[in-house]
Amino acid sequence: MKITLKLYATLSDLLPAGAVANASSIEIDEAATLNHIIDRYRVPRELAHLVLINGVFVCDTDRDQPGALVEGDVLAIWPPVAGG
Amino acid sequence: MAWTRKLLRVNLTNGTVAEEGLNMGWANDYLGQRGLATRYLVDEIDPQCDPLGPDNKLIMATGPLTGTNASTAGRYSVICKSPLTGAVACSNSGGFIGAEMKMAGWDMVIFEGKAASPVYLHIVDGVAKLEPADDLWGKSVWEADKALHAKFQDPQTRIALVGRSAEQGCLYAAVVNDLHRAAGRSGVGTVMASKNLKAVAIRGTQGVGNIEDPKKFMETVKAGKAVLAENAVTGQGLPTYGTQVLMNVINEVGALPTRNMREVQFEGASKVSGEAMHEPRKSDGKKNLTTNGACFSCTIACGRISTIDRTHFSVKDKPEYWINSGGLEYEAAWALGPDTGVDDMDALTYANFLCNEDGMDPISFGSTVAAAMELYEIGAITDSHTGGMELKFGSAEALCWAAEKVAKGEGFGKDLGLGSKKLCEKYGHPELSMTVKGQEFPAYDPRGMQGMGLAYATSNRGACHLRGYTAASEILGIPEKTDPLHTEGKPGLVKAFQDATAAVDSSGLCVFTTFAWTLDDIAPQVDAACEGDWSPDRMLEVGERIWNMERDFNMKAGIAASEDTLPKRLLSESANSGPAKDRVCDLDKMLPEYYAARGWSSDGSITSETRQKFNLPG
Ligand code: SF4
Repeated sequence: MKITLKLYATLSDLLPAGAVANASSIEIDEAATLNHIIDRYRVPRELAHLVLINGVFVCDTDRDQPGALVEGDVLAIWPPVAGG
Repeated sequence: MAWTRKLLRVNLTNGTVAEEGLNMGWANDYLGQRGLATRYLVDEIDPQCDPLGPDNKLIMATGPLTGTNASTAGRYSVICKSPLTGAVACSNSGGFIGAEMKMAGWDMVIFEGKAASPVYLHIVDGVAKLEPADDLWGKSVWEADKALHAKFQDPQTRIALVGRSAEQGCLYAAVVNDLHRAAGRSGVGTVMASKNLKAVAIRGTQGVGNIEDPKKFMETVKAGKAVLAENAVTGQGLPTYGTQVLMNVINEVGALPTRNMREVQFEGASKVSGEAMHEPRKSDGKKNLTTNGACFSCTIACGRISTIDRTHFSVKDKPEYWINSGGLEYEAAWALGPDTGVDDMDALTYANFLCNEDGMDPISFGSTVAAAMELYEIGAITDSHTGGMELKFGSAEALCWAAEKVAKGEGFGKDLGLGSKKLCEKYGHPELSMTVKGQEFPAYDPRGMQGMGLAYATSNRGACHLRGYTAASEILGIPEKTDPLHTEGKPGLVKAFQDATAAVDSSGLCVFTTFAWTLDDIAPQVDAACEGDWSPDRMLEVGERIWNMERDFNMKAGIAASEDTLPKRLLSESANSGPAKDRVCDLDKMLPEYYAARGWSSDGSITSETRQKFNLPG
C-alpha cells in the first residue's frame, strides 16, 4: 500500500530522489512497523525524535507494532528540533 | 556580585543624568533584568498612568550574567507600561547592546519624563550625555544607526533605536538594537518615541568584573556550554534551521493558525519553512539563508541572515534591499505568512526587513494585517479605506504594501498601526481581533495545543509564547512529551514554565538555552557569579514572585481577571482539519486549577497569603 513519507530538517537528504516539499509517496507492506520504515530509509533511530502519523505523535515504545499505518497515511519524522 | 550595583537615571524633562546605587535588597528578591526592572517600575509609576504620557517610565535593564562569558549572556530587556495592552510590558532582546551596557558599568538605565525635542543618550563607560537628535527624527532605524556610527567613528558602539513607525504612534513599535535584534513586543518602542528619545548609544570598555567566585564561574560556564553543544537541539537543530524549523512541525500537528486564525493548517507552509530557506532559488541559484548568526557570547547561534531574490517585485527597483540582513524567525514568518495566507518567501523576507528597518513587531504587524484582510473580505474595510489596495488573504503585494505604509505611518498604515484590537473595534468587528489583553497571538493555535491556550490567556503581557512555552512539552517533548490535545496536567505545566521563564529572563541568559538546560544548569552559573546562594529552588521562587508582581501591577492598572480569556473564535469555533479537528480550546477546564496552583482565589485575585508569601510591594 502507499503512504506519504515526510522527512524534515537534517533528515531531508534521506528521502528518495524526486521528493517534493520534503514528501515522498512510498510503497510499504501492510504489516510494516514504523521502525521498519525508519530503518529502511536509514534514519538513525535516535534521530527519529518526533514521529507523527497524520500529525499525531507516536512514542518510541509504540514503533514496533505491525500494521500501525493504513493506505494514504502520512508519516512525518523530525530529529530533535525546537524554536519559539 | 556580577551586578555593577549602579543604575543611571535619565530625566528627559530636565535633561539630567544621575548615577544611583542599585537596590540590592530588591536584587536579592528579583535577581535582575525583567524581575528587578519591573520592581522599580512598580515602585515608581502609577499603574493607571497614560502609557504614552510623561508619567510612564522606560527601563533598559541587564541581568547579573549579561556581559559575562556564559553562553547567550548578552540579553537585556526593555520594561514599561504598554500602550498596546495597558499591562506591564517587558521585551527581551539579544544582540550586543545589553553586554555593552554592562561593560560600560551600568545594570540598568531608567528614563523618566519627556524631552521637549528629540534627543539621544550617549554613554561611554561612566559618562552619559543627552544629545540633540532633531536630525535623526524622521529617519529609519537603519538610517539613524548609520548616521550615529558615522558620527562616533567607532564600530564597537552599540545602538538601540526607534524607527519611523514608533514616531508615528504605531502601537506595536519595537526598540531595535544592532540593526536587526529587537525588544519587539508590546509597543516598548512606542513608549520610547513618546518620550522623544530616538536612540541609546553605548560604548563600554570595562569588562564585567565583580564575579563572586571566578574559578567556580568558569567551571560552571564550561559545563553549561558542553551541555548546549552536545544537545541535538541547541548543538545542531537551532544553528542549522533556526526557529523556522517549526513551520512544518506546527503545520503537521494542526496548530498553525491560518488566515487570522480561521484555520489551523496552511497549504503553503512548506514554501515558507526553515527547510525552504535552504533551497536554492530558481532565479539566481542562491538560498534565502546566507548564514546563521549569534548574539553576544552565544554558542547556539540560532539567528538567520538572509537575502531577497533581486528579481522579486518587492525589491527589483530597490538595490538598498539587496543586502544580507536579519531573516525570518518562526514567529515572524508565521505572522507574515500563514496568518495572512501569503506563501511567498521573498515577500515575507522583505516585510521582515521593513519590520527591522522601521521597528515594528512582526508578530503584531502580521496579525493586524491578517485581521484587516478578514475585515476586507467581509466588506468592513473597502478599497476606499486602503486607497485602492486589494487587501486580500494571500496577496504578497498587499503584505509588502502594508509593511511600507506602517513603517512610515502613511495613509491606511496609521490604522494598521493601531494593532488588531483597536483596528477591529474601529471597523465594527471586535470579535475578529485575535488578541489577549490587546496583544496579538503568536504562532500556535490553542485548539491544537491546549496548554498554550492557557499560557496565552494568563500571560501578563497579553498573548505571548515567551511567557510559558508549553509547546516545548506538548509538541517537542522538552523536558518531556505531553499530549497537546489533553487539558489534564496543563495548569501545573503552564505555571512551571511561566515561573522558570521569569527567572531565566531575569538572569541575562537567553530562554532558548532551556531547550537543553534546566534550572539545574542555570542556577550554578548564577550562584557562582552572584553573592548569596542561588539554588534552582530559589530561582523558581524568584520567578513566581515576579509573576505575582506583574499580575498585581496589571490588576491595579485595571485589567480584570475576566480578561484571562481567549477570543471567541478559539473557544467556540472548532478546528477544521488535522488532529485537533472539531476541537476548541477548553480553557474553562484549566483556568480554575491554574488559579488554585497559583494560590489565587477562584476569581483570579491574589490572596493576602500569596501576597505575604512573596512579600509583594504595596
Ligand atoms: S540562541 Fe539565538 S536568540 Fe538566543 S542568544 Fe543565541 S543567537 Fe541570540
